[in-house]
Amino acid sequence: MDLPTLWFGLLAFFFIGYFVLDGFDFGVGMSLPFLGRDSRGPNDVDRRVLINTIGPIWDLNETWVIVAGAAMFAAFPEWYATLFSGFYLVFLAILLALILRGVSFEYRHQRPELVWKRRFDRMIVVGSAVPAFLWGLVFANVVRGVPLDAGFNFTGSVVDLFSPYAVLGGLTTLLLFFTHGVVFVSLKTTGPIRERARLLAGRAGLVTIVVAAGFLVWTTVSFGSVLSGILSAVAAVTLVGAWLANQRKAEGWAFTLMAATIAVAVASLFLSLFPDVMPATNDPAHSLTIANSSSSGYTLTLMSWVALVFVPLILAYQAFTYWVFRRRVSRSTITGEAPDVAADASAPGPVSA
Amino acid sequence: MNDLLDPLLLSRWQFGLTTIYHFLFVPLTIGMALTVAIFQTAWVRTGQAKYLQLTKFFGKIFLINFAMGVVTGIVQEFQFGMNWSDYSRFVGDVFGAPLALEGLLAFFLEATFIGLWIFGWDRLPKKLHLATIWVTALASILSAYFIIAANSFMQNPVGYRINEAKGRAELTDIWALLTNKVALAAFPHTIFACFMVSAALIVCAATWHLSRNQHLETMRPALRFGLWMMVVAGTLTVLSGDQLGLAMVSTQPMKMAAAEALYNTSTGANASFSVFTLGTPDGVSELFSIRIPYLLSFLSTHTFDGTVEGINDLQAQYTQLYGPGDYTPTIWVTYWAFRYMIAFGVLAILISVGGLWFTRKGRMPTKRWIWRVAIWSMPLPLAAMIMGWVFTEMGRQPWIVFSLLKTSDAVSPNTTGLEVLISLVAFTLIYGTLAVVEFRLIKKAVQKGPDDAPVPDAESGEIRHEATVY
Repeated sequence: MDLPTLWFGLLAFFFIGYFVLDGFDFGVGMSLPFLGRDSRGPNDVDRRVLINTIGPIWDLNETWVIVAGAAMFAAFPEWYATLFSGFYLVFLAILLALILRGVSFEYRHQRPELVWKRRFDRMIVVGSAVPAFLWGLVFANVVRGVPLDAGFNFTGSVVDLFSPYAVLGGLTTLLLFFTHGVVFVSLKTTGPIRERARLLAGRAGLVTIVVAAGFLVWTTVSFGSVLSGILSAVAAVTLVGAWLANQRKAEGWAFTLMAATIAVAVASLFLSLFPDVMPATNDPAHSLTIANSSSSGYTLTLMSWVALVFVPLILAYQAFTYWVFRRRVSRSTITGEAPDVAADASAPGPVSA
Repeated sequence: MNDLLDPLLLSRWQFGLTTIYHFLFVPLTIGMALTVAIFQTAWVRTGQAKYLQLTKFFGKIFLINFAMGVVTGIVQEFQFGMNWSDYSRFVGDVFGAPLALEGLLAFFLEATFIGLWIFGWDRLPKKLHLATIWVTALASILSAYFIIAANSFMQNPVGYRINEAKGRAELTDIWALLTNKVALAAFPHTIFACFMVSAALIVCAATWHLSRNQHLETMRPALRFGLWMMVVAGTLTVLSGDQLGLAMVSTQPMKMAAAEALYNTSTGANASFSVFTLGTPDGVSELFSIRIPYLLSFLSTHTFDGTVEGINDLQAQYTQLYGPGDYTPTIWVTYWAFRYMIAFGVLAILISVGGLWFTRKGRMPTKRWIWRVAIWSMPLPLAAMIMGWVFTEMGRQPWIVFSLLKTSDAVSPNTTGLEVLISLVAFTLIYGTLAVVEFRLIKKAVQKGPDDAPVPDAESGEIRHEATVY
C-alpha cells in the first residue's frame, strides 16, 4: 500500500474515532428534552446526570475532529481546500453549533435561574442536533460527488448539497448518534433514567434501523463496491444486534454494537469513495483522487512515523480516562445525598424503576 | 456595494477578528493552567489549606475560560479551508504538518488530561491528580509551539521547496521548520506574554479582595505571586521581544521599517526611535515627534551605528525581486500597534514593580488609588498581546506567506462575498454575546472569592473533594 492510500485509511480512522466518540455526545445532548423532560425541580437533576455522563470526556471526543481536520489539511490539502471552501455555509453552521454546545456545558451550571438553564439546554440540544445531521449530509455529498471546475473548486451552490440522498445521509447520522447517545445514557446511569433511556433507545432504534438501512442500500447500489457493500451489510447486522442487546438489557453490548455500527458504516462510506476523495459529477477529469490530492512523500512519511508512535499512546491515555470515569452517574452523585439502594451505583442488571 | 461584498476584505476581517478573539482565551488557558499547577504543587508539598483554596479558586476561573478556547480554536482551523482555500492548496503540504503534529502530540493530551483534572479530584490519587494539571499545562505550551512554528513559516518560510508542476510548496525539512529562527524567538515572546495576561488576572482578583479587607490569608500570597509572575514574565517578554526584533529585521526588514514608519534608510543617530509622532492625516510626512537617537539602530542591529533600511528602498528592492506592486503594509496600523504593544506591556510591568514595593515585607497600601490602579491594569497585557498580533500579521502584508504568496491570491475563489458576510456577521454576534457572558461569569467567580478551607474527614483525616460537576 502506498503512503497516500495509508493516509486515506488513517483519515477514515480519525473520522471513525470522531463519529463514534462525539457521536454519543451529540446523542446525549439531543436526549435532554426526552430523558430530562423539564429543567425544573427534580428533572433538572436528571438533566445534570445526563450532562455529567459526558462531562469528563466530551472535550477529548471533540478533539478528534480537530485532529481529523488537521490530518486532512496535512495529508490531502486539495481535498481539505475543496471540501471546506465548497461547503462553506454547512461548515459555518457546524462551527456555530459546536461553539454554542461547548460553552453551554460550561455555562449552564454557573447560575441557578431557570431561564438561564433553559437557554443553555436549548443550545445544547440544537448544538448537538445540527452537527449530527450536517456531518452525515457532508459525507453523503462527498460520496455522491459534487460539480467541480478544473481547479477543483466547487461550482454548485449550498442548495445543491441538500439532495434527497444527502438529506437521508444526514438523517442517518442524526438517528444513529441519537440512539448511540441514549444507549450510552443507559450504560452510564442508574435508576429510573436508565430505564427510560433503555425504552427510548428501543423505540429510536427501530426508526434508525429503517432509515440507516435505506441509506446504506442507496449508497451501495449507486456508489458502492463489493467490499463497501459487505461492510454496509455488516453495519446493518450490528445495528440490529445493538437493538436486540438493548431489548435484553445488555447495555454494554448494545453500546459496543452501536459503536461498531458507526465505525463500519463510516468505513463503508470511505470504501465507496475509494480511490476518489471527492468525485466530480460534471466531469470525471475534475475528480479529486487520493493520488492527485495528497501531500508529498516527505510529509506523508513524517506524519506516518508520528502517527505510528503517538496514535497508540493517545488511545492508551484516552482509554485510561474512560476507565477512571467508568462508574455510573446517579442522582446521588449530583446531589451528594446517600445513594438510593435500589439504584446503587455499581449494581449490575435490570433496575426496578 | 461591491466593496462591501469583497470576499478578500471580508475574509481578512473575519480571520483577524476570530483570531484576536481566540487569542483572548489562549493566553488565559496557558497561563492559568500553569498557575493552578503551581498552587496545587504547593498544596501537595506543604499541605497548607490556603494553597488548596487558591488552586480551586483559580481552577474555577480557568475552567470558565477553557471551553471558549477549545471551540474558538476549531473555527481557526476550519477557516483555512473555508476562506483561504488557495492558501491551503499552496502550503498544505508544509503548513498542515505542524497543525497535525499539534493535534497528535499536544492537543489530545491537553483535552484528555483537563477532563481528568476537572473530574478526577476524588477519583485519582493525590499525586497522580497533580500530574494531570501539569500535563495539561505543558501540553498547552507545546501546542502553542506548533502553532507559532506554523505561523513563523508564514513570516519566514524555511524547510520547503517549490514544486512547479503542482504549483505548491512542499516540506523538505521538518527540523528546519520547527527551528525557524522566527519561531525560536516568537515562541518565548508569546508564552511569556501569556503568563503576563494570567498574572494580571491574578493581581486583579487578589487586589479586589484585599482592597475590601477580605480573604487576606489567601489573597495576599496570591497577590505577591501575581506581581512576581508579572515582573519575571514581563522581563522575559521584553528580552525575547528584542530577539524577535532582530530576527524580524533580518527576515522581514519591511516590517521593522513599517513599525517605525521609517521611509528613508538611516544610520546611527539618524536611526532614531520615535516615541510619539503626529503626522499629516495621510501619514506621509510628520508634523511633530519625540525621538530617541540611536535607539532604532540598536533595536534592529544591536549596534549604535547600524543601518536600518527604509520603506522606500525596500519597496524598490521588492519591486525588482517580485515584480511591480505595492509591498508596503498599512503604515499607521503597524506604527501604532507596535507602540501600543510596547507601552501597554511596559506599563503593566512597571505597575507590578510598584505593587511589589507597596506590599514589601508584609505591608499593604492604604491609599485607594493604588488599589484602583492595580485592578484596572488587568487589561493591559491582553491589549499589548492583541496589538502584538495585529502588528506581526499586518506587518507581513501584502504577503500571506512572505515572498511566496500574496494574501490576495490566497482567498477562496469560489466563496462569495455574501457567504463571507453571513459568517462574519454570525461570528461577530455570537462572539460578542459570549464575550459579555464570559466576562460576567469570570467577574462573578472572582468576586465570590475562594471557598472556605476544607475540613478533613473526621475518620480518615483525608480531605474529601467534591468533584466539580456540571
